[in-house]
Amino acid sequence: MTSHAETLVRARGASRVRRARGQWAAWAFLAPVIIYLVAFYAYPLYRNLDLSLRHYTVRSFVRGDAPFSGAANYTTVFSDPTFGPALLHTMVFTLVSIAFQFAAGLALAVFFAQHFRLSATLRALFLVPWLLPLIVSASTWSWMLNSDSGIVNFFLTSVGGDPINWLTSPSWALTSVIIANIWIGIPFNLVILYSGLQAIPGEIHEAASLDGASAWQRFWRVTFPLLRPVSAITLLLGLVYTLKVFDLIWIMTKGGPVDASTTLATWSYRLSFGNLLPEFGPGAAVGNLLIVIALIFGLLYIRKAAP
Amino acid sequence: MTKHLKTGIGIILTAIMLFPVYWMINVSFTRDTDMRADPPHLFPFNGTLEGYRAVLDQQLPYLGTSLLIGLGTVVLTLLLSAPAGFALAKLRPRGTGALNFVLLIAQMIPGIIMAMGFYAIYLRAGVLNTVPGLILADSTIAVPFGVLIFTAFMAGIPDELMNAAMIDGASRWRTFRSVILPVSRNAIVTVSLFAFLWAWSDFVFATTLDGGGEYQPITLGIYHYIGNNNQQWNAIMATAVIASIPATLLLIVAQRYVAAGVTAGAVKD
Repeated sequence: MTSHAETLVRARGASRVRRARGQWAAWAFLAPVIIYLVAFYAYPLYRNLDLSLRHYTVRSFVRGDAPFSGAANYTTVFSDPTFGPALLHTMVFTLVSIAFQFAAGLALAVFFAQHFRLSATLRALFLVPWLLPLIVSASTWSWMLNSDSGIVNFFLTSVGGDPINWLTSPSWALTSVIIANIWIGIPFNLVILYSGLQAIPGEIHEAASLDGASAWQRFWRVTFPLLRPVSAITLLLGLVYTLKVFDLIWIMTKGGPVDASTTLATWSYRLSFGNLLPEFGPGAAVGNLLIVIALIFGLLYIRKAAP
Repeated sequence: MTKHLKTGIGIILTAIMLFPVYWMINVSFTRDTDMRADPPHLFPFNGTLEGYRAVLDQQLPYLGTSLLIGLGTVVLTLLLSAPAGFALAKLRPRGTGALNFVLLIAQMIPGIIMAMGFYAIYLRAGVLNTVPGLILADSTIAVPFGVLIFTAFMAGIPDELMNAAMIDGASRWRTFRSVILPVSRNAIVTVSLFAFLWAWSDFVFATTLDGGGEYQPITLGIYHYIGNNNQQWNAIMATAVIASIPATLLLIVAQRYVAAGVTAGAVKD
């Protein structure tokens, strides 16, 4: 017994020496990525914060001598008539997208978990929308939703409906980009929820069905509650990802018509890059608001996913 | 429900889901004169290759640039993230938790905000509209993900393997290069695939940092197409089809890595 304890102590001492040396080695391995994070994450973010706190013109942007203006850009943004709609659209876009992506993803995950012929292949094909470059999906949807020659309006009219000006009518633009975004997000929800389903032991289902539970009851009473942690992670991560969607909306509608599909992300871009006279200060201010919102949900996610 | 019925339903659902992809391919073969036909041509009979000819004529430089940017991003991402993953998984210095936290947070920062910061920096540094500048910016999408994937994978490599090499007198760098890296093939493949795909698909950094560049990626090629000639949808969709090739190849060649990457990025256990 004693000899065992002795070796343990000696081993621990040796490993402490090795640990101390390991510390230096570890930091040597980490140095590139830490320098990288500081230079190409922290610094751009700092620059962005700095942008939002100064009064910039094109000239002072190039020369870098813009006067400090405190929270002026933020008050400008808050009092801008676009602020209310942009915030509302961001919330609607995010929440509606996520609700539908999650529901469809979950239904499909349960369906594909039943293992039938071709189920693995078909499940893989479902990944395609998620893997396509956003510009590809966005331009395809733009053409499909075209008012005059789009296939969607053709289907609508052939079942007796009226054609809709999907992308050009202020009352439909936001719906259009949401539809496209749901399509893109379903695969992500499907994959994660499917892997969550795989982690639920099959015996639980067998036990429930032996007790006479119907398929419907088994889903709501057994599967759904057991899937709760994975569901929470999927939803929070979806939230963070959807808040920052910019490409899709910009390519399909540019946030228009007027501001009908403007979100914080597209507004921020338009302020900084979309006009002839760029407003870098307010643009950066909107961007920073978006970061704060994303980080709130991001921290919730980290608390759930990495305890 | 019988198994056959389920397969049938599965095929129908997949067909609905992939309809936009089919439509993209169909339109890419449709003649200009049939583009606005009513009813629309559901199949590309009497099709044309005009769209693809236009791609060959006009889009090859864009595709080449995208390929270069994608490969550059892969190399940069691997160089930065593999050693970091090794340190976090096997050497575990103090502060590992904090660094993991920073990496998770980094993934959540909207690209458009990073782009604005990069724009301000690049403008003054004179690297706006350059390929290396874009590679550097694109790598920020993949590096945090890469470190997390390498860490998760290398944590699963038995310590004995590493200790054996160190007892034989190998330095940590030797151990990393000759023992850990060779068995981390799966992680290398996953990280490379995603880094390439993200760089290839990137639009945000391309439009902000390379909008006036001499060499522009394919995402901007398509974007200019949409902006300039609204009429030639077969050419736009043909470009879109070509731009989708890497994603398709990835799915065919490396399906299990893709699913693993999606899940590993989200669910830590």
